[in-house]
Amino acid sequence: MAIEQDEIEKIAELARIRIDADRIGDVTRRITDILHMVDQLQAADTSGVEPMANPLDATQPLRADEVTESNRREAFQAIAPAVENGLYLVPKVIE
Amino acid sequence: MHRHSVAQLVQGLRDKQFSSTELTRHFLDRIAALDGRYNSYISVPETAAMDAAAAADRRLAAGDAAVLTGIPIAHKDIFCTDGLRTSCGSRMLDNFVPPYDATVIQRFKRDGAITLGKTNMDEFAMGSSNESSFYGHARNPWDPERVPGGSSGGSAAAVAARLAPAATGTDTGGSIRQPAAFCGITGLKPTYGRISRLGMIAFASSLDQAGPMARTAQDCALLLNTMAGHDPLDSTSAAVATEDYTAALDNSLEGLRIGLPREYFGEGLDAATGALVDSALKELTALGARLVEVSLPHSHLTVPAYYVIAPAEASTTLSRFDGVRYGHRCADPVDLHDLYTRTREEGFGDEVKRRILVGTYALSAGYYDAYYKKAQQVRRLIKQDFLDCFEQVDVIAGPTTPGPAFKLGEKSDDPIAMYLEDIYTLAVNLAGLPGMSVPAGFVQGRPVGFQLIGRHFDESRLLNIAHRYQQATDWHLQEPPEVAEGSA
Repeated sequence: MAIEQDEIEKIAELARIRIDADRIGDVTRRITDILHMVDQLQAADTSGVEPMANPLDATQPLRADEVTESNRREAFQAIAPAVENGLYLVPKVIE
Repeated sequence: MHRHSVAQLVQGLRDKQFSSTELTRHFLDRIAALDGRYNSYISVPETAAMDAAAAADRRLAAGDAAVLTGIPIAHKDIFCTDGLRTSCGSRMLDNFVPPYDATVIQRFKRDGAITLGKTNMDEFAMGSSNESSFYGHARNPWDPERVPGGSSGGSAAAVAARLAPAATGTDTGGSIRQPAAFCGITGLKPTYGRISRLGMIAFASSLDQAGPMARTAQDCALLLNTMAGHDPLDSTSAAVATEDYTAALDNSLEGLRIGLPREYFGEGLDAATGALVDSALKELTALGARLVEVSLPHSHLTVPAYYVIAPAEASTTLSRFDGVRYGHRCADPVDLHDLYTRTREEGFGDEVKRRILVGTYALSAGYYDAYYKKAQQVRRLIKQDFLDCFEQVDVIAGPTTPGPAFKLGEKSDDPIAMYLEDIYTLAVNLAGLPGMSVPAGFVQGRPVGFQLIGRHFDESRLLNIAHRYQQATDWHLQEPPEVAEGSA
């Protein structure tokens, strides 16, 4: 399946990855190659085959809804790029 | 000391031939003197290692030592280490110092093993050559102009160059087995879920699995004894009892049925590499095994299925890197959108971005069924092929890689050529099976391995076969020329 440059721009936006304008052509070409390779899947007969998400077909275990972790906010915030008063700082979201 | 196996070092510590302090110092000195050639380590925590060695010596003296107490181990820089930078080979995590230990690291610490250092790797474990590392590639100790393999290339190079007695790795599509083959060492990827993934930075959560990399199968068993086990903090960890993985090492191979998938011995396999695999199989028949031709009819769909599923999962797991809570943040973001997009542009390398984009595409509205669902269906067909084979045989064997290590730069500009390097290893991850690479000889001085694939949770049998093979052969004892000559 061919992919157009504007589609790559849309995907990059969904993935929140900026791509330089002078690189977008190269990125598009390489991703087209990869999608072309994976297109071999389309020829496989998978009618009636249940999709497999986990190799052991395991399901998520449940546990009691109890607090098991201690509060380690300081340790976690010590490695953050920007914090203030126990909050993570980001640029202003609402003008 | 650096020429000993882990098993020999364990004995040497008990016989007081040397202390853990001396042993750890010896490896730290070797790393300082020689790793400039191999670039196998990203971080070496010298002071912490020596402190841990002193503690191990006290434990040994007090008589409450575990098997691995005092043994230095190198860890792939994908395992979170409390207070020690964990980069995952990426600029994104160049400044990341985890506030906790991965379960694998906790278990080695519990047993008194020494963290010798954190090894080089392809960025976020995405690569087969180590060339996507932010820290520059490691080199193959057998030929420094060639790749060590990837993504656990630093671990493989460190063990091969005798800069660590053993190491940990992770394997999402071959990342333990392929570098083990290229560097002439022994590497085991256990069954999915056998070892906790907690604190092991995720690439593709339904495929990732940690495992040991060492000189011998016996050493791999010793490490696996420490690493394996259920972890309630990892919801994908298997609640299946572990065993003593050294217990069956010496079992006879009489009557063992080994399946040879015809798809693994056809076009694409280097002739000299195939001949070495054939010799290894002949050796196994001399030990009592019987060879049975089998078929994995969906093998041709392995690479396409993997390169939908792995990128799709990667696009999800790597969405956590946003420049807010830890890791890289771009300078002077003008708004939140700019913060996210520029942080991720700067923090991720080309291959990681490529896989995130492919995965985002495969999961996006309108393409989900055609790509992701289809790949998950094919994944089940691939797993079923293996289960059908295991009706007839006990294990499956074949090559680990299509050939020996390729040259640095040879495939780094061609993603698809790189992907095809893992053609014999990817299916094992899709099916969740244990797989192992064992040294099988040399092609023009470059090591190659043969691969063993077992039933789910049948690690003991793979280790048994590899151990018996290593009792009868000496490929795993060969040292890279610089080590053998004593110049490294």
